[in-house]
Amino acid sequence: MAKITLQNLAHSYQPNPRYEDDFALKELNHDWVDGEAYALLGSSGCGKSTLLNIISGLVTPSQGRILFNDRDVTQAATSERNIAQVFQFPVVYDTMTVRDNLAFPLRNRGADASYVRDRVQQIATMIGMEATLDRKARGLTADAKQKISLGRGMVREDVNALLFDEPLTVIDPHMKWELRTQLKSLHHEFGHTMIYVTHDQTEALTFADKVVVMYDGRVVQMGTPQELFETPAHTFVGYFIGSPGMNVLDAKVNGNMAVVSGTEISLGNGYGAPTGKTEIGVRPEFTSLSAGNDGLPVTIKRVEDVGRHKIVRTDFLGTEINVITPEGTNISPDMNRVVFDPAGINIYSNSWRVASKAA
Amino acid sequence: MNKTVNQKAWFLVLPVLLLVAFSAVIPLMTVVNYAFQDTFGNNKFFWAGLDWFQEMLESERMWSALGRQIAFSAIILAIEIPLGVFIALNMPKKGFWASFCLVLMSLPLLIPWNVVGTIWQIFGRVDIGLLGYTLDAIGVDYNYTQDFYAAWITVIVMDVWHWTSLVALLAYAGLQSIPDAYYQAAKIDQAGRWKVFRFIELPKIMGVLMIAILLRFMDSFMIYTEPFVVTGGGPGNSTTFLSIDLVKMALGQFDLGPAAAFSIMYYLVILLVSYVFYTVMTNLDKRDGH
Repeated sequence: MAKITLQNLAHSYQPNPRYEDDFALKELNHDWVDGEAYALLGSSGCGKSTLLNIISGLVTPSQGRILFNDRDVTQAATSERNIAQVFQFPVVYDTMTVRDNLAFPLRNRGADASYVRDRVQQIATMIGMEATLDRKARGLTADAKQKISLGRGMVREDVNALLFDEPLTVIDPHMKWELRTQLKSLHHEFGHTMIYVTHDQTEALTFADKVVVMYDGRVVQMGTPQELFETPAHTFVGYFIGSPGMNVLDAKVNGNMAVVSGTEISLGNGYGAPTGKTEIGVRPEFTSLSAGNDGLPVTIKRVEDVGRHKIVRTDFLGTEINVITPEGTNISPDMNRVVFDPAGINIYSNSWRVASKAA
Repeated sequence: MNKTVNQKAWFLVLPVLLLVAFSAVIPLMTVVNYAFQDTFGNNKFFWAGLDWFQEMLESERMWSALGRQIAFSAIILAIEIPLGVFIALNMPKKGFWASFCLVLMSLPLLIPWNVVGTIWQIFGRVDIGLLGYTLDAIGVDYNYTQDFYAAWITVIVMDVWHWTSLVALLAYAGLQSIPDAYYQAAKIDQAGRWKVFRFIELPKIMGVLMIAILLRFMDSFMIYTEPFVVTGGGPGNSTTFLSIDLVKMALGQFDLGPAAAFSIMYYLVILLVSYVFYTVMTNLDKRDGH
């Protein structure tokens, strides 16, 4: 178990990167606190897997350093780092039995036979495969194989960190939930540092203590699920987390007022005069329909009833604004305005959140 | 479930039947014809029953040719398969050198059999051949026209030179199809080089390797042109393999009856071995499954 520190880390798959766009992973300083469970969330191609592979030593970064408990391991081979990693698609040793597959990492480290036997039994119980222990891994279903991969990742107790690279992609939804729960309980039991890469926000939010959101090779925000929901630091976080994502509208902001296409909106807090491209972001949860005269004039395009609430898709001068209303609210034709709850409004300048100045 | 009976469906297989009849069955039947009959000329044949087969089964000549044939196939398989896999493992995986190696490896495969024979026939000659002359000059007693071992070594080295590429290319294709994640997982699991080969690479290329073994077995078991061009089956009978012996018998001595009986048995042996390979190959995937 270890604290993992990334210093000025950046990576490019090109031999001589010159421009910022050449980097798959842009310069980054980050501490992964020992024993915490992190989720690394972002869309495909944002550098999540690159970051993970740099930590496990499968990729050597173009610049910067990686420290495990203050020891520099930047150039150290994967085997020296004592890391467990589970990949997106199942990797099993076909010719071995399930038992030998699970025992493989332990035996390679020269663990003694009785310990291996007990530990394998324990892991098999955890992934629900005791019955198939003596079968060859060849010919098992994809999710059984992925469970073996997970088991092999968890079998070593002394690892510095456990890395998961979208491990539940091939698993069916019911089993997904169960395995995620088991991973969580494993985390409570052993307190490994865990980093869990995913592009599925539900998975990220349920698994992790802290969620790290990446966008375009950069960490844009790290925080608890609640922080990501209430105060997205970047418009991407707003879009990406939440279903549907945050409404983002171009606005002119001055003090505690914003002007969106000629309509004034009161912000509740003062923001001075932010420069650059300014936008306001409001989650659909803080947006409501109104029949009054204030708010933004919209036309309702459609209403989606998802069971626990209704999502109203509206059109505001060509921009979509989504509204979430509780189940059972009546939506009448004269509701042609949307209003924002000031508590849920965030201001963005060049896509980054602007903190409010104390009023 | 009720099956619909429609006899017209037979017409759909007719073209294939005709094709197979003309390409395989009818030519084969002429051989069968010779194998069960005898003639004293004038195109008059009479029934000989299993006489030719019996004669061939008791023929010392055929058994020793079969023995040489089996020894030859076994030796070249034992060299070409491991060597081909070894080369494939060490070939660059991508970039300019990967293409370069691929072209280099396929060159021997593009050379016609009799040209390969001629190349080695001249290459190995003591008077003018680069190899033969050099060996002779450094004091090695090498003469494939007179010495049993020299003849065998030449024929084997020639076959290895000609065909190891095929094994290497097939194994290479198999290796290229292994996803990176396997190698990464092996690093994470701290598997050494040997274990990576034993538990990842070998199982993954087993399928193509079986095809390579089958192809090399069939080809080497039927080998004719190259040793015939180099040694003519000699010295003595030492490199007279089954095909060479068969041609001698059928076209040299014009013993059509025994040669036909011999051909049929030869054919059945190859068919049998190929069938065994096929069965093993198709069961490979199912073996430990359900």
